Amino acid sequence: MTTAAPARAGAGSHPGPAAAPARRRSGRGGGARLAPYLFVLPALALFAAFRLYPVVWSFVLSLYRTEGTTQTWTGLGNYERLLNDPLFWKALGNTALILVVQVPVMLALSLGLAVALNSALLRWKPLFRLGFFLPVVTGLVTYGLMMGALLNQDSGAVNWLLQLVGLPEVHWLNDPFWARVSIMLALTWHYTGYNAVIYLARLQSIPAEHHEAAAVDGAGPLRRFWHVTLPGLRPALLLTVVLSTIGTLQLFDEPFIMTGGGPDNATTTIGVYLYQTGFRYFDFGYASAIGYALVLIISLFGLVQVKLAKEED
Amino acid sequence: MAATTSPAFRASRRGQVLLTAGMLALLAFTVAPLYWLAIASTHTSHDIFGRPPKLLPGGELGTNLGNLEESVGFGRVVLNSLMLSVTYTVLGGIVCTLAGYGFAKFRFRGQGLMFSVLLLALVVPTQLTIVPLFKMMVNLDWLNTYQAVLLPNLALPFGIFLMRQSMSALPDELLQAGRIDGCGELRLFLRIALPTMRPALAALAMFLFLFQWNDFLWPLIALRDPASYTVPVALAALTGSSDVDYGQLLTGTAVAAVPMAVLFLFLQKHFVSGMLAGAVKQ
Repeated sequence: MTTAAPARAGAGSHPGPAAAPARRRSGRGGGARLAPYLFVLPALALFAAFRLYPVVWSFVLSLYRTEGTTQTWTGLGNYERLLNDPLFWKALGNTALILVVQVPVMLALSLGLAVALNSALLRWKPLFRLGFFLPVVTGLVTYGLMMGALLNQDSGAVNWLLQLVGLPEVHWLNDPFWARVSIMLALTWHYTGYNAVIYLARLQSIPAEHHEAAAVDGAGPLRRFWHVTLPGLRPALLLTVVLSTIGTLQLFDEPFIMTGGGPDNATTTIGVYLYQTGFRYFDFGYASAIGYALVLIISLFGLVQVKLAKEED
Repeated sequence: MAATTSPAFRASRRGQVLLTAGMLALLAFTVAPLYWLAIASTHTSHDIFGRPPKLLPGGELGTNLGNLEESVGFGRVVLNSLMLSVTYTVLGGIVCTLAGYGFAKFRFRGQGLMFSVLLLALVVPTQLTIVPLFKMMVNLDWLNTYQAVLLPNLALPFGIFLMRQSMSALPDELLQAGRIDGCGELRLFLRIALPTMRPALAALAMFLFLFQWNDFLWPLIALRDPASYTVPVALAALTGSSDVDYGQLLTGTAVAAVPMAVLFLFLQKHFVSGMLAGAVKQ
């Protein structure tokens, strides 16, 4: 419902609120009134067939137990099983850990990067903008395989570098703790630039007078950052937190490619667990229940974040 | 910022050097893996993991490509990916542009509801739909077909948001003038709206192409026959074997990165502006 407002604002924000009446006046009969529906029809039809319908079907599936090719009604049985499934809780914990550790670190890095890219002191800006954005457009499988090879325990380039500076080798992908670190490193490499660009665009829209006024009032760089930059960035900060949260909760490609969820399920995310349940064990009913649990979690996070954002206002 | 007194100027000069040096160090972290990947694709598996790591290109690119062709039919795989990505870009581009225009330039009954439903896609994870979609494709006997891969993502919400955002900048007066001249709605769209949308269309095309080129989870499920694999699926299959030949694997990975590098280097401006239009203002 709330989204209806921006939709209208977008159409009506231009001078001439008479757009809609004028269209009626032109009186081209049914054709003109039908036109908008015809424009959005292909998208909506495809969306309904390949998105909405599966979403509903998925819920129905989640109420059945799959055994081989037979399906028996189980009501909420799959959801009960979920609550008592240690592996599901482990997957949830793994996902939460990435959310709590990796997302804040990455967003802080992005913020630093954006401020630096926006600074009048920085030279060769186009070079930096290009370089920091390059990982964003690198495909997930591409960078997953690349990172996996770089972090290879016996002979990867990263361990060679560690040795070079006198540090011990690390079992990057074979040790539960370091496997998690590896996934977080890869995620950070990939998404920091993306968030930095969002911040940068917002930074550029904060009027320079605000900074100048604060400087005249005797505020140092740190206080100006705290009282001018951060408040100005609020919408962008909220956006990136929401996007990163949703993205992390759905995390699949990186752990699937780099560690396959291992070792000892240390990097099994909810997405990986869902895939394994559905397409390795072909337990479609249970996989659908995991999917719905994930939707519930994402919606809860979304609600809390939007609520927090509103309360602060 | 505007301080020009001499000590402050010297301080800012020092800041400039420090900041730029720090950023260069960070940049090395970002770019080094990609450089290493490009180099690795020209060496044998043995040399890739030699110490110290190779920093200059070798002469094994051809051998690696040959091995790839032998093990996964890489030529066919690249062709599959190209065909899928181009078709997806054209069809998805049409669907998203039409819908974006409809949502931006008309007000109609049910518009708010329809747009809300599209927004819903942002919270519904892809993983939720893959099981029913898989069953659907089995029922339709569409596994291993292009349409199975293409159809579910043609109405990409991101693409629709992007086009709606860009289209709403088109002045209503322009369309109104056309209507008064008796121009039909489709002609208005084709003759007046589209020609002004070239930058947005470029951004959209690039996103759609890369989306399909890089997409992994759904093609992995819909394509079960190695002859129909896309590049990411074939690469993932390569890692599944017990004795991975990294020369092959990383050459394939480097090839997978080529389109993004080319598109990005030539169309960088559209990229960033398109991403921001889709992300910041939705």
